[in-house]
Amino acid sequence: MADSFRSRLRDGPPIVADGAMGTFLQAAGLPAGTPGEAWVLERPQAVADVHRSYVEAGAGLILTCTFGGTRARLQRAGLADQVDEINRQAASVAREAAAGRAYVAGDIGPLGELLAPLGRRTYEEAVDLFAEQAAALAAGAVDLLYVETMSSLDEARAAVEGARRAAPDLPLTVTLSFDRKGRTNMGVRPEQAAQALAELEVTAMGANCGHSLEMTTEALQKMRQTAPEAILIAKPNAGLPRVVGDETIYDATPEMMAQYARRFVDMGAQIVGGCCGSTPAHIAAIAQALQE
Amino acid sequence: MTETLLQTLGQAVIDGAPDRATSATESLLASGADPLELVENTLSPAMDKVGRRYEEGDYFIPDLVMAGEAMKAAMALLGPALKARQQVRSSPGTVVIGTVEGDIHEIGKSLVATMLEAAGFVVHDLGVDVPAADFVGKAQETNADVVGLSALLTTTMRNQQAVIEALAEAGLRSRVKVVVGGAPASPEWAERIGADAYAENANEAVQVVRRLVSR
Repeated sequence: MADSFRSRLRDGPPIVADGAMGTFLQAAGLPAGTPGEAWVLERPQAVADVHRSYVEAGAGLILTCTFGGTRARLQRAGLADQVDEINRQAASVAREAAAGRAYVAGDIGPLGELLAPLGRRTYEEAVDLFAEQAAALAAGAVDLLYVETMSSLDEARAAVEGARRAAPDLPLTVTLSFDRKGRTNMGVRPEQAAQALAELEVTAMGANCGHSLEMTTEALQKMRQTAPEAILIAKPNAGLPRVVGDETIYDATPEMMAQYARRFVDMGAQIVGGCCGSTPAHIAAIAQALQE
Repeated sequence: MTETLLQTLGQAVIDGAPDRATSATESLLASGADPLELVENTLSPAMDKVGRRYEEGDYFIPDLVMAGEAMKAAMALLGPALKARQQVRSSPGTVVIGTVEGDIHEIGKSLVATMLEAAGFVVHDLGVDVPAADFVGKAQETNADVVGLSALLTTTMRNQQAVIEALAEAGLRSRVKVVVGGAPASPEWAERIGADAYAENANEAVQVVRRLVSR
């Protein structure tokens, strides 16, 4: 599957990725504050249902429910002794739900800590933490490793190093979250990210989450200019959060997301999906738009 | 000589260089500089400059963190010096801060705490995943002027409201101001849940909290 993923990225057509996971699980009853990773073991069917609704909406790539699957994050939820089990099982759950219709990407999110000298966590420790998660995802037979929502280039590098150490043969993608002033909140410019990730020879790179659809567009443009050969990924939030009644929703309609998706593909994106606030309806609209 | 050292100290904070801040502070104290004046006339203006640079988009989180570290390095020497002279750095107020229950996001909240401390506030950082009752208890115990509530998830942000309600139940709401922040929060959200203010980032938080305590 790793080879087929690489050739699909190279030769097209673009791959539609899935949308939000956490909000979906909460709608299914995941208590606020309980990480989705807990349900990978407790209620795997609920996680599988989310995957399936994205595959049915047309997603050809789904992310395992392991955004917070490093020991650093699971520890805070009291799940430190289940790092291997959760990541491995999350991969199996996703694979079964994909049923051969979608690539399974092993999701790796940030540690939620600052690396030294800004924080106490050393670079070497970070590499170990990422390697531990990546090894478990690889053991669960993911098609690729998918590092996302990075703000710090050091941490992105540590994730790449850890992932490569654990699974040298798997394709590896990295996306960052660009926020205020078009940079990550650690100040990384899209150009800097593109250059660093090109040097690391990742399989694909891009922008996810982020401040707005427009900012994702700008980030992609700049990455493209800096690394014209790079295969790009766009997985933005469904617009901006807005309070409606008792709920916080994101304001981009499926139609708007679909419009942007076309633009992302024109700019060289080979993987396009959604992040916070996106639903199967958004993904279906993207899939439809990219088929036309 | 002293003039240059003062500049060095201020610049060390602006550049986020703790070692330089330490050595400049040591030299200044050795040459008889008044510790209170160092805090008020050199360190505080330097931190304000750091905040302005963040606001203008020249500085990002790493710059704020390192400036905070440089400030802390200087204060580690100035604190005892102030005490020895029985001087007190006037504090604009007391703040209780934390990430609400169910939410373990730490970076933003800690940065706000650092920046408030650098601005002279007495800050009680309760950490992450903090139950509403703990906010109420600490606010009561410390006679806090402001409670700062962080939440990074659309689901846990509701617990910001729970803390506001708990403060009201404890009869504290009239004298404790509440400021909320975090990725999904917004001025509309703050208004909706009856908070006094919203702050988008650590620098804005300092300005907002200053404004709240001066009312």
